[in-house]
Amino acid sequence: MYTETEIIKDNTDLGPDGELVVNMGPQHPATHGVLHLVVTLNGETIKKIEPHLGYIHRSIEKMCESLTYRQFIYVTSRMDYLSSHINNTACALLVEKGMQIEVPERAKVVRTILNELTRIASHELWIGAMAMDLGAFTPFFYAFREREMITDIMEDTCGARLTMNYIVPGGLMYDIHPDFQTKVKAFVKQFKEKVTEYEDLVTGNVIFQSRTKGVGVLTAEDAISYGCTGPVARASGVRCDIRKIDPYDAYDRVEFDEVIETAGDSFARYMVRVKEMNQSIRIIEQLIDQIPEGDFVGKTKNVLKLAKGEFYQRVETARGELGVYIVSEGATTPHRIKFRSPGFSNLSVLDHIAKGSKIGDLMATMGTLDLVIPDIDR
Amino acid sequence: MTNEEIKTYITAHASEATFDETGEWLTILIESNHLKSLAAVLRGQPMQLDFLFCLTCVDFKTHLTMVYHLTSSSNRNINIVLKANVNSADPIIETVSDLWRTAEFLEREVFEMFGVDFLHHPDLRRLILEEDFKGFPLRKDFDDPINMIKL
Repeated sequence: MYTETEIIKDNTDLGPDGELVVNMGPQHPATHGVLHLVVTLNGETIKKIEPHLGYIHRSIEKMCESLTYRQFIYVTSRMDYLSSHINNTACALLVEKGMQIEVPERAKVVRTILNELTRIASHELWIGAMAMDLGAFTPFFYAFREREMITDIMEDTCGARLTMNYIVPGGLMYDIHPDFQTKVKAFVKQFKEKVTEYEDLVTGNVIFQSRTKGVGVLTAEDAISYGCTGPVARASGVRCDIRKIDPYDAYDRVEFDEVIETAGDSFARYMVRVKEMNQSIRIIEQLIDQIPEGDFVGKTKNVLKLAKGEFYQRVETARGELGVYIVSEGATTPHRIKFRSPGFSNLSVLDHIAKGSKIGDLMATMGTLDLVIPDIDR
Repeated sequence: MTNEEIKTYITAHASEATFDETGEWLTILIESNHLKSLAAVLRGQPMQLDFLFCLTCVDFKTHLTMVYHLTSSSNRNINIVLKANVNSADPIIETVSDLWRTAEFLEREVFEMFGVDFLHHPDLRRLILEEDFKGFPLRKDFDDPINMIKL
């Protein structure tokens, strides 16, 4: 029965040093999107990983050059679709900074709460998917149970579950749902009870630990040199939280800790995300009873025009630092727009940290980088 | 370091650099053939701008401008924008991927989107576009036959 597979023993199929080239993706269950990795193997050891991108490239940057400052925000929800609120916030903040628009306090606080809910939802999905990549199916259902509550809150307030488009220059598109505060409080209560279940299921799991500890180690110097941000860099001990460095919205008035781990391996990246969810809950708890009354959107002109010049705005998404760079010629559309997406830089480090490890560990390494492909391709 | 101190320090190492303080962050303009040496000065002691958080190119129709956003991981309050003009017809500039490894991927993106040639880049290939794609999509003179927005 197995005689036919012996054709692989024929050396003409292998490279000069017995190398074997394996295509991983673009349709692979663990890439969670259309990522294509060309992996060069020597036996089971990885010698080189080349990412081939562009399967979901829509040239969002070129598209935005034809869209006005009110329209281009909707496209950004389709970049990192798991942090669409935070992408919208980045664009809204940039337009507000460029035009000196006053944002009402109510909008600032609601934005911060929504951003943190988005972060939790994103990390929840990541934990479920990551555990599933490593062979554990149950955590996925546990994670989605709480994530469902967040998407329900989003649906009530924003009318959408994934691409919200709720945050606009000047504030919010419309006021929050009357049940918003009650529902968020119910979520916070449930999450705090249930978060220990993840710890029991995943963190303390011997199989999970042995598959992630010491796997895909990234040093602090490399994290900085490769431009890594977010939980990937913080797991290597690099302080890079934009919410602390350059606070926006209501982040300057809340107390939270920047989660830092020093091991730099896949397990450390997992721990950073779990601890970050608890910090997000802390932020939400401080703000949920403090939503000021008043307008939800500031006064803006009908036609938005950015002054001639350059503008840069950075925010902390669930994956790291998102930068929006706009060169304006004073028109209603940007002359050039660049999205510095966190996933792009985090992907570039994959070859470096997976080299020399076994192909079985690639899932753990790639999974903990938390790659969202539309965010990388844009 | 204040902006004035940075300016004196940079002028001492690269006399041809000019400055622009109208934006949010200090902008340094340099000729493209001096870019690499200035980048090395900024990367080294005492500036230690070891974090290149954004690298891109802008098409101003008459010329292309390479834009590098730099900061220091030990002091994130220092942000510097480094700019170099290259001509549109034959854009060539030295790579900075040996100073900041993140530039390797970012320069590949600029290479295919703007057609900028990076000298001494370790692996200058297309990253996102197909092999048979013609033109440089993010240049202003590029017009897609199927433009979804203008339809």
